[in-house]
Amino acid sequence: MSFDVAKIRQDFPILAETIHGKPLVYLDNAASTQKPRAVLDTLRQVYEHDYANVHRGVHTLSQRATDLFEGAREKVRAFINARDLKEIIFVRGTTEAINLVAQSYGRSKLQPGDEILISAMEHHSNIVPWQIVCQQTGAVLKVAPINLAGEIIMEEFEALLTERTKLVSVVHMSNALGTINPVKRIVELAHAKGVPVMLDGAQAIPHMAVDVQALDCDFYAFSGHKLCGPSGIGVLYGKEALLKAMPPWQGGGDMIRMVTFAKTEYNVLPYKFEAGTPAIAEAIGLGAAVDYLQAIGMDKIASYEQQLLQYATERALEIPSLKIIGTASDKGAILGFTLHHIHPHDIGTLLDQLGIAVRAGHHCAMPVMDFFGVPATARASFSFYNTIEEVDSLIDGIKQLIEVFG
Amino acid sequence: MFDEIRDLYQEVVFDHNRNPRNFRVMEDATRKIDGFNPLCGDRITLYVKVNDNVIEDVSFQGSGCAISTASASLMTEIVRGHTEEETHGIFELFHSIVTGEDQRTNFEELGKLAVLAGVRAYPARVKCATLAWHSLEAALKEDAETVSTE
Ligand SMILES: Cc1ncc(COP(=O)(O)O)c(C=O)c1O
Repeated sequence: MSFDVAKIRQDFPILAETIHGKPLVYLDNAASTQKPRAVLDTLRQVYEHDYANVHRGVHTLSQRATDLFEGAREKVRAFINARDLKEIIFVRGTTEAINLVAQSYGRSKLQPGDEILISAMEHHSNIVPWQIVCQQTGAVLKVAPINLAGEIIMEEFEALLTERTKLVSVVHMSNALGTINPVKRIVELAHAKGVPVMLDGAQAIPHMAVDVQALDCDFYAFSGHKLCGPSGIGVLYGKEALLKAMPPWQGGGDMIRMVTFAKTEYNVLPYKFEAGTPAIAEAIGLGAAVDYLQAIGMDKIASYEQQLLQYATERALEIPSLKIIGTASDKGAILGFTLHHIHPHDIGTLLDQLGIAVRAGHHCAMPVMDFFGVPATARASFSFYNTIEEVDSLIDGIKQLIEVFG
Repeated sequence: MFDEIRDLYQEVVFDHNRNPRNFRVMEDATRKIDGFNPLCGDRITLYVKVNDNVIEDVSFQGSGCAISTASASLMTEIVRGHTEEETHGIFELFHSIVTGEDQRTNFEELGKLAVLAGVRAYPARVKCATLAWHSLEAALKEDAETVSTE
């Protein structure tokens, strides 16, 4: 077998946990992923042997920490195939990355009547930062509609792309629906009109190989914690020319070259956007996560997860009262569903009794819930460390709870 | 297989979830309020008819999980005929028991509401059990805005 999931599972200590006396079946990976020992060991190693503040000291430890921190930046650069290290900005996560672009790029460029184009399947973190900057600048937020499968209606997207559009920001893979958007096509269409494109890669990055140069996107955002790395660290990729022209977002230490009370000279990229002490160990931990995933291979991960999704989808269809929310033809390993007469919150509590962790709620995508006319969904989201047997546990669990509810 | 969770999902809860009592619009309500649990999207519209400080009728509409629906349904049955002060007292007792603030193990004083006492073992679900009650409290205070459990 080319994909040895049993061996992979041994890399994740938490997968040996029992919940209510049952083996943990962790299917909430879209919310956050678990961490392999390689990452845990790296964090410990950093704090026990290599920790000091970065970019500041002449002493040995500071140099060592700086080398590791910058080494992690290089790992991330290679992972997404960015052209240059200057294009990799460490941030807290996807949310902060989008806010950075909204407040720096957006706020400095947008004029009243200008438009930002997003889609109807966005996470709140790719809606609210744009609403804020629209309020500040008088720009207008436009939303490309989706169809009942949960796919962007491309003709409508194209029609909304006009000379007023100043930025497109869409999710690469939807956390609520699993939809993988045709982002390459979206970038081509936008660029044909001279409009830059930001991609929210929070969900895509753990599930597929991402090449920002091949996509030709202008900004790409993701979070470490959804990629088997620590929380508190994430990445904003931006094309150098754009980042260079953008004003800084936050002021403070590290982002300056020279400060007097009269005038401040900003630091070069990427430091211009990294004010203050960064998440040092977390960044290094993210580098370890990237190494770990690359050793397995993102393409192998993607094809294994597709098998899981296909199997889960087939088995879910055995349950007549189950409705899958999100049936895009190009879809990642997320199974959002509702059960007739049983609220997702009850599904979540009952499955938890069986040791099965799923998310129940609106998944920070209330407009998506409104579109499908449901208050919430239950969501099983898979990772490469999940197994076919765990899919069976999920389906059996759902069948059992339907029986209990009667 | 779900033995342990039977203290949360008692038969009475299932019954009220399937057939919620007083699940209707009230045309002659003296107060009406919308409640919302942003965490899970539960929504309730509560109708109250108060006459001379006494709750003559309560009804509700909305969508929610079994716990929030059963809690709302039970509440409409329990508070009818009580004064506003008495209702407030019932809420306080119920709230302190389901949040675990009140550690008693005998729930007799709760009457019918005792079936919901098991919620205290499921902190994530306390808000489901209290949404209707928070809405009622707000309605009685004539605080007409949407209440949220957050
Ligand atoms: C599609 C999508 N975008 C953005 C985010 C926000 O990520 P974070 O909370 O790590 O900033 C998430 C995480 O839930 C997500 O799934």
